[in-house]
Parts: sequence; C-alpha cells; structure tokens
Amino acid sequence: MAGKVITVTSGKGGVGKTTTTANLGIALARMGKRVVVIDADIGLRNLDIVMGLENRIVYDLVDVVEKRCRLNQAMIKHKQFPNLYLIPAAQTRDKTAVSPQDMVNLTNELRPDHDFILIDSPAGIERGYRNAIEPADEVLIVTNPEVSAVRDADRIVGLLQSSTKAQPKLIINRLKPEMVRRGEMMSAEDVREILSIKIIGIVPEDENVIPSSNNGVPVTLNEGSRAGVAFRNIARRLNGEDVPFMNLDENQGLFARISRLFGGGS
Amino acid sequence: MGSMSQENVTIKGIGDGLLITLSPTEEWQAITSELAARIDEKSAFFSGARITIDTGARPVPKYELSSLKALLERRGLQLMAVHSESKTTIQSAEALDLRATYKSDDITRPNASSLDLDTIDPEEMGTPGVLINRTLRSGRTVHSRGHVVILGDVNAGAKVIATGDVIVWGKLRGVVHAGADGDTSAIVCALDMTPMQLRIAHYISISPQEAKGRRARPEIACVKNEQIVVEAWE
Repeated sequence: MAGKVITVTSGKGGVGKTTTTANLGIALARMGKRVVVIDADIGLRNLDIVMGLENRIVYDLVDVVEKRCRLNQAMIKHKQFPNLYLIPAAQTRDKTAVSPQDMVNLTNELRPDHDFILIDSPAGIERGYRNAIEPADEVLIVTNPEVSAVRDADRIVGLLQSSTKAQPKLIINRLKPEMVRRGEMMSAEDVREILSIKIIGIVPEDENVIPSSNNGVPVTLNEGSRAGVAFRNIARRLNGEDVPFMNLDENQGLFARISRLFGGGS
Repeated sequence: MGSMSQENVTIKGIGDGLLITLSPTEEWQAITSELAARIDEKSAFFSGARITIDTGARPVPKYELSSLKALLERRGLQLMAVHSESKTTIQSAEALDLRATYKSDDITRPNASSLDLDTIDPEEMGTPGVLINRTLRSGRTVHSRGHVVILGDVNAGAKVIATGDVIVWGKLRGVVHAGADGDTSAIVCALDMTPMQLRIAHYISISPQEAKGRRARPEIACVKNEQIVVEAWE
C-alpha cells in the first residue's frame, strides 16, 4: 500500500509543530511503521535537532530538489529506529528554493517504500506553508489553547477548505487542566466550538518536553511522560486505531467532559 | 424584444452609439458568434460605431471580454463601455480600460419575461442579497452591494461589508459593517451576537467585554438616537 503524506501545520509559530512531528514520527516508527519525516522549514531548520540527528546531516532537502544528490543520500537513518528517516531542511537557503510541485514529486518518490511521510510545515501561510501542504493527504493543525493560536488555526482551516483538502484534524498542545479548571485557559471544548473540526489529540503541558527536545530524544520515548503518552495515542489514531482520550485530570470532572465530547460524539 | 422567446442579442441606438445587450444565460460562444453574424449582415450600418455592451448578471472573465473587444474591432467597431451586474465583469472591463457601470439597482431578472409571470410588486421583490451557506473563518472578507445572509458563523477575524442588512444565522464573532454606503436604517442580526466590532453606516460600536457564561440569544442591532443599540430579536 502506498504511503500516506501527513502535514503538520499551525499558522502561528511556537505552538509545537516540530515537537509534534518528531514525536509522531518516533511513535509511528516504534509501532513498526516505515516513516520519513521531512523538515520543510528551509532556512530555519529544527527538526534534526529535536530528533538528535543534527550532526549526521550531509545533504538536505534543497540538495535533493536541485539534484546535487540522490534522494536516499539525504535520508538520515534514526539512531534507534532503522525504519525512521529524516530529510533535513537546508539552513543556508530560503523557502523559494523549493516549489510545491517539487514537494509532490519528492513525496511521490517516497510513497512506495514508506507507510507514513510526515512533513513539518513552517509557520505562516506563505510559500513554505504551501510547499508543505501541497502533497498532503491529511493535515494536522497544531494549536495551543489560547486565543491567538486558535485564531491562526481558524485561518488555516479556512485556507484548506478553499483548496479542497480533506478535513484537517486538530491537535491541542500544551493544555493545562488546572488552568482550565480555574477558568484561566480555554478548554478543549472551547477550542472545538470555535474551530468545529475533529480533534485527534490533546497533549497536556509537560515539563519533560523541553529537555527531551534539547537532548534530541523526543518525549514520547520517555515512558513516564504524559505528553509522550498523548503523542503515542495520536500516532495510533493516525494508524486507524480507536484509542480513547486519556484522562488529563484524575480528580476532577474533566474526563467526563472530554468523554462527553468524543464518546457520544456529535 | 420578442414575447415568445427572448432574443440572445439585442441592439439599439443610444445617445452616442449603440447598446448591445447580450443574454446572461445563453452560452457565451453562441452569443458572440450570433453577434458577429448580426454585425456582418449590416456591416455598413455598424461601421465605426461606438459600442456599449450590457452583459447582465453574467460573470465575463477578462480573456472573454478582450476577445469580444477584438471581435468588434475587426469589424471596425469600438467597444467603449460595459454595463454589468457582475463584479467579475466589471473587474474585467476595468482591466481593459473600458468604462464600467455596475447596475445594482436593476432588479429585473434575466428571462423574467419568458417565464410569463404576473408582474411582481417591487416591494415584495425587495433588494438584491447574497446567501452564504457556510462559516466565514478568520481572514475571510465578504463585500456585497445589497443584503447578506449567512447560514453559519462569522468567526473572529472574518469581516462582512454590505450596503444593506446583514443576517447571521449562527454566531457573530467577527466584524460586520451594514449600510456601508451610509444607510442608517440598515440592521444586523445574529443568533448569538458577540461581534468584535459592529458598524452601521458611519456608526461604530465595540462589544463590551461580555461576562463568561452568558446565554446566547438572537439579537438585532440598529441605529437609534445616534448610536447603535442591540436588543432581543423577536
């Protein structure tokens, strides 16, 4: 079966696109899937750092597009998972070095030999975003439970609708249940009400994330991390499994609210 | 105009030239070849005429309008002006440096004569409007001469500008400007009215910071005593 191209985007920067891409890539690879993650943020590459592969870069995405190397020369094999590859972004060029059609050609070349091709989109809605979106079979929009991030996510949903992509799915990242409880943060339901798209995952705020990213060991490899569990659950849902949403708050009624949201559904 | 079937091309003399009216519903290709044939029939009569084209509600893209212009020019006619009810056509005309007239007050519908309807009371006919059958998300702007009805929400960051009324059958969170040409009798209504900003004619009001957990209810906004007031929509 030909692989599926999934683009992770957000509109707003800093909401956790790269963290999400790295963690989903790892989680899917851990499930035995053949995975390629592509950093489309040319000029501001990060995905290699978060995945701990920075020092292995020889060729990059732009080298492939400009035919200075073969595709497989730019694919960096992950240290721990031999079925996971990274295609890094070029750091010395800008977004115009690659065209949307280049990305379609590149992913078409990868599809036969991989199950999932994850693309880490840059922030914004300009060329880099369009490069990342063009080949996508599925789009994951990452947002934080705050007004500005949700506003930008809304813009992205609108843009995707006018370009006839499949319905995007939403990942709410960095949710703090205790702040929601105090009424200081939007709840998952508040976000869903504004965006009215399907939520594929809610990732709680977790202090393990930043050190994990700094060390190049995505948090989903940390068994004790709640964010890690959330990312693993999203990966399983991407793989078609029906995974219940985790209880973000044992001693309060949030789980009841969430299960009402997703259980009974519409 | 014949009463049995509507003509696709009608030509009549106006002040400084000829007004050619093209049916807005017939296929464009058919119409332009019919027009060419009509001109070729009486080429002496047409020669050198200054032409105004009326394309009605048909959206004519720039390349079609420019090939029509070329068709006329080959026959020694000069296309001067375009009358249209379509924004697209107006834009095409402006791009070709033609005089463009937007007919917004013309409420006779194409083909109305061929439907053999009783005369419609203009009062009942109302003014033109547009129906938008989806949610407007952030970044989307709708401009309309006339009324706008939205079956869906207007999200924060979206904008609706209308010369008439604006009716939102959903949540209004963005910016709405009704009566944008200065009509202070324009109204805005919504099932849940929490706009970022509301404008009617030259009046502007900014939503008060609503208490959380207020109950959504249909409301209507209009101008009273020199300011925008919002009351229950019943």
